[in-house]
This record gives sequence, C-alpha cells and structure tokens, in this order.
Amino acid sequence: MIWVAWRQFRTQLVVALGAVLLLGIVILVTGLHLRHLYDTSGIRTCDTQADCQALGQAIVSHDKLMQNLLGPILLAVPALIGMFWGAPLLGRELESGTYRLAWTQSVSRTRWLAIKILLVGTASVAAAEIVSLMVTWWSSPIDHVNMNRLTPGVFDRRGIVAIGYAAFAFTLGLTAGAVIRRTLPAMAGTLVVFVAARVLISDQVRPHLRAALMLAGPVRRGPIGVPGTGVAPPLPGAWLLSHSTEAKCTIGTGPAVHTCPGTPFRVLYTYQPASRFWPFQSDEMAIFIGLALILLGVCFSWLRSSAPDTSIRNIVRAQEEHPRTDTDNHQQTGTNVLHALRSEQPRGNQ
Amino acid sequence: MSSVLQARGLGKRYGRRWALSDCTLSIPAGCVAGLVGPNGAGKTTLLHLAAGLLKATVGTIEVLGESVRGRPEQLARVGFVAQETPIYPTLSVADHLRFGAKLNPSWDDALAQDRIAGLGLERRQRAGQLSGGQRAQLALTLAVAKRPELLLLDEPVASLDPLARREFLRGLMEIAADREVSVVLSSHLVGDLERVCDYLIVLAASRVQLAGRVDDLLATHRRLIGPRRDASALPDGQQVIEASHTDRQSTLLVRTEEPIRDPGWIVEQVSVEDLVLAYMDQAAGAGRERGRLEAVRR
Repeated sequence: MIWVAWRQFRTQLVVALGAVLLLGIVILVTGLHLRHLYDTSGIRTCDTQADCQALGQAIVSHDKLMQNLLGPILLAVPALIGMFWGAPLLGRELESGTYRLAWTQSVSRTRWLAIKILLVGTASVAAAEIVSLMVTWWSSPIDHVNMNRLTPGVFDRRGIVAIGYAAFAFTLGLTAGAVIRRTLPAMAGTLVVFVAARVLISDQVRPHLRAALMLAGPVRRGPIGVPGTGVAPPLPGAWLLSHSTEAKCTIGTGPAVHTCPGTPFRVLYTYQPASRFWPFQSDEMAIFIGLALILLGVCFSWLRSSAPDTSIRNIVRAQEEHPRTDTDNHQQTGTNVLHALRSEQPRGNQ
Repeated sequence: MSSVLQARGLGKRYGRRWALSDCTLSIPAGCVAGLVGPNGAGKTTLLHLAAGLLKATVGTIEVLGESVRGRPEQLARVGFVAQETPIYPTLSVADHLRFGAKLNPSWDDALAQDRIAGLGLERRQRAGQLSGGQRAQLALTLAVAKRPELLLLDEPVASLDPLARREFLRGLMEIAADREVSVVLSSHLVGDLERVCDYLIVLAASRVQLAGRVDDLLATHRRLIGPRRDASALPDGQQVIEASHTDRQSTLLVRTEEPIRDPGWIVEQVSVEDLVLAYMDQAAGAGRERGRLEAVRR
C-alpha cells in the first residue's frame, strides 16, 4: 500500500520539492545579502534615535520585491496544499470511479486512507513549515527593526502556525472531496472554507487567546476643532488591539474639552505584549490541528459507514432513463428497457 | 451444494428510493451466473453489496459463506470488475500490475504477465490511452490475478464494441474454465449472457423474478400456441408467465414441471431471451398492478 500511495503522489511531490528548492535558493541568496546589510549597517550600535530610525528604514525598505513576494506565497501555500493535495485524494477517486478498484483489493479501505493521509499529510505539513521557516529566517532582520511579529499579517507568516494551517487545509480538502465527490468543486470549496476559517480565527479568536493587558497613555490635545490624539505608550513589539478614552469626556474638539475641565485625559490601550508571540503561535497551531483532527474523524467515520453510497446511487440513477417515483419506475423502466433490449439484440447475437 | 452468494431479505435504500428490495437468492458455487434485468433494476446495487462497497439497509448478504464486512481476508477472496472498468489513467499498464501485486497477498504475477502479453498490451503504455476493450481486459486481469474464489463483474461489456465484447467474454470463459472460479456477471444484453452463463437470475422492479440453472429453466418453460382461450383454463401446475391473444389465437408462455398433454396446443421450446423478456414484462405488469392498488388505497 505504501508503494501505491507513493506512486500516485510522487509526481506532485517532486513538483513541490522542486518549487520549495527553487524558493529556498532565492531566499538563501537574498537573505544572506539582507543579513550582511543588517550586520554592517551599524544598527546594533547606533546612538541617537534619529540615527537608528534612518538605519532601520534602510533595512525595512530593502528588497521590497522579495518582501512583496514572500508574503503572498506563505499565505497561499496551505491553501494550495488543501486544493491540490487534499481535495483530489478522495474527490478524484470518487469522481472517476476508481475507488471501486482501490477498495476491492485485499486492503481495507481504512488502511488505504490511513496510509495515503500519512504520506500526503506529512508532506503537506513539512512543505508548509519548511517554507514558513525559510521566510521567518529571511525576514528576521526586518522583524528586528519593525518589532511587529504579533501584528496580523506578519504573525501568520512566521514561526510554526503554518503547521496548523497546512494540516487543516489538507484535511479540509480531504473532507470536501469526500462530501462533494468531485475534484474541482471540492477544490473551490476548500479554498472558500479555508480562507473563511483563517479570517475568522485571526480576527475573532486570536486577539482573545490570552486576556489582553491594558495601559493608559496621556492625550495630546489637538488644536481647537481637531480631536486630540493619544500618545501610544512605548510597548515594543506589542500588538495594540484597541484604544478608548477613559471617563466621560470624549476625545473632543475644543468645546468638548471644556465641558470637563480639570480632568486629565487618558487613553486606555488594550494590547498583547511581545512576549506572547510563541504562546500565541502554539495556541493557534493547536487550534488548527484540533480542527484537522475533527475533520479526520469525519473522514474516517464517513469511510466506515456510508462512504460510496452516494456515488453508487448516482451510477444507479444515471442508468435509469426516466428517474421517477417508486411506482412509476416499476411501470416505466420495465417496458422501456424491454424495447431497448429488443433493439439491442442483433448486436448481442453477433 | 455450497453457495457463493446468498442473500436473505436483502434491501438497499438510497434516500427514499429502494434500489433493491426483498432480494432472496442463492447462487451455487462453480457457476457462471448471469444477472439480467432492465437498467435500474438493482443489479449494480446487488453487486456492490456483494463486493462490500455498499452496506445493506435491511437483510443479510453472505459471500463465500461469510457476511460481507470489508475485511482484507474477505476482500482477497472476491474479485470485482466495476462498470466502465475504472483504471488510473496516468498509471501505466505495468504500474497497474504492480498495484495489484502490492495490494493483494495472493497475487499471481505470472498469470497477470501472461494475460497482458497474450492481449498484446504495451506494458509502458498509460492506461488512459488504452481502448475500451483493452481497458476492460486490464481490469479483468487485475481482478483475476488476485486469485479470487468469486469474480463479480458489473456490466463489464456494456460499453464495448461487439468485437471487444466477444474477446472479453472469451477471456472470461477461459478463466472460469481454468481457474475453478465462480462468476457472477450482470448485463442487460441477454445475448451475451446466453453465451456464457449456466445460471440465470432475472432481476426486475428491484426484485428477483426468476433464478435457476439455465438448463432447468429451459426444460420447465414452454410456449403454447393454440386457438384462443382463457389462460385460467389451464390445468394446475402450469403457471402462465406471459399471455398474448389475437382474435383467434392465444400464445402463452407457461412454467410447468409436467409435459403438456393437451393436443390443442402447439408446444415450442423457449430461448433464454424469451424467458428473460417474459419475466421482465411480468414484473412490469406487477408494478402496474401495485401502482393501481396504491392509487386505490389513496
């Protein structure tokens, strides 16, 4: 069975390996250059804030092309895995009918699926994580300057969350293939659900993984008619979630300020501190791995219970010239096919 | 005699529709059994139930003496050739043989290689480029080389041209003769079944209408032609399957164990095709009758 799984997956695996290798070379060459720039720029030893800012700017704006390239690639990799490795695994077998060949050999279909999942799933997770680690390494000088690893859009492309994304996308594709039973719609479904789940968890769940911290900062009062602005507290690497004025006074225009004289304006900031980067990474990975395990459970229980029912029902349906209700069928198909039989007879007798 | 396939009260429902209901039959070992019936009669469903690809809604089905559960040991004893003979289009012929070898402990590689060589298939050719007949032969080779005790074939020749069909059936006959394997094969082409089968099952309106050895069936059915008379006037033991009347003449197809003694009848032998059509027509009539009853009940 291992050979069979390997034989049916090897072309895709070789293509993926080639792509990862190519990307790796590009990342290595440009990444070494970026590091060299970082090390020799003197940003580690800069004294004044203005100096440091200027040096940092030079690093952050270095090689924008690569930066713009690596971001989407890492977002796309798990989705592509779900679509091209997950969805066809069961979807194509069901669509082309080859499951009837695969599941009537002397191997139980549970084992058949388990070995396929083991091979393709491991490759999925490995491929996504290798790309993620490469991008993390490449971006580390820029991350040092920006101090924004927790920010949505950056957080997703660093560290180990890619493992969770890939596992989820792969099992999502698998399940979609099993449920939809056709490759292309399953691929589309995988993409839609995967993107929706990612957005939902990044927007609605991630900010609340740990209770946010709060910090108050003063308000710099604006000119008359212009709202005052909060002065962000110095929280290097923190992810600012929200800010709001404290007490009854709004960050007001001129007149509003005067309605509460003497009150010191403060803005309350809620944030997640930089030290929570790795706890958040492992939490989010765990969430997606949990989702993946649930989907795996769905797939195996589907496989054991009613797996091919719908597919075979469709075959049976397709055979019927006139799908009707029960009694109609008895009446109609009998006679219709009788005629068909009679007309086919000469061919059969040759 | 032991039976290779035994169903008791077997039924399969897809959603609200019964594709097969109340199916009770027993196919003896060592036969080439033909399963015939109109499209949608439940042939595909019955074979998929036997192959373990479907689970029964009601009733039991036993294959080679054990109930079908999809265990590897049982899968090894049954070969299945599905309708349209699915194969992996991107794998080569040789890959398919290796696929069979890896997935079946009882694989007979010499047999598989011989068959492929005998068929003149190019081993390196992609299976997707094979003709329909070659494809069916490849699928049959896969099913046979695992050395099954029972070979199930679902409409294996339906999509083949007459020449490929004859080749395929000839190959099947050789296998059945050499390997002592029991065969159950479905088709809606009676002519094909007539040539290869020694056991016949007529499935229509999702029920078994007729089952038995072809010789026995032919021996117990007669066509009677004579002056017009009512079918109910026949003696006991003569069961009318099909009756047609013109103004002056009646033609009856009857089932009887006894010889026909009434000199008023011209007695004719029936062919397998006559039998199948008569029973299918009867099933269609019964369906009409049932429909009428249900309409009355409403």
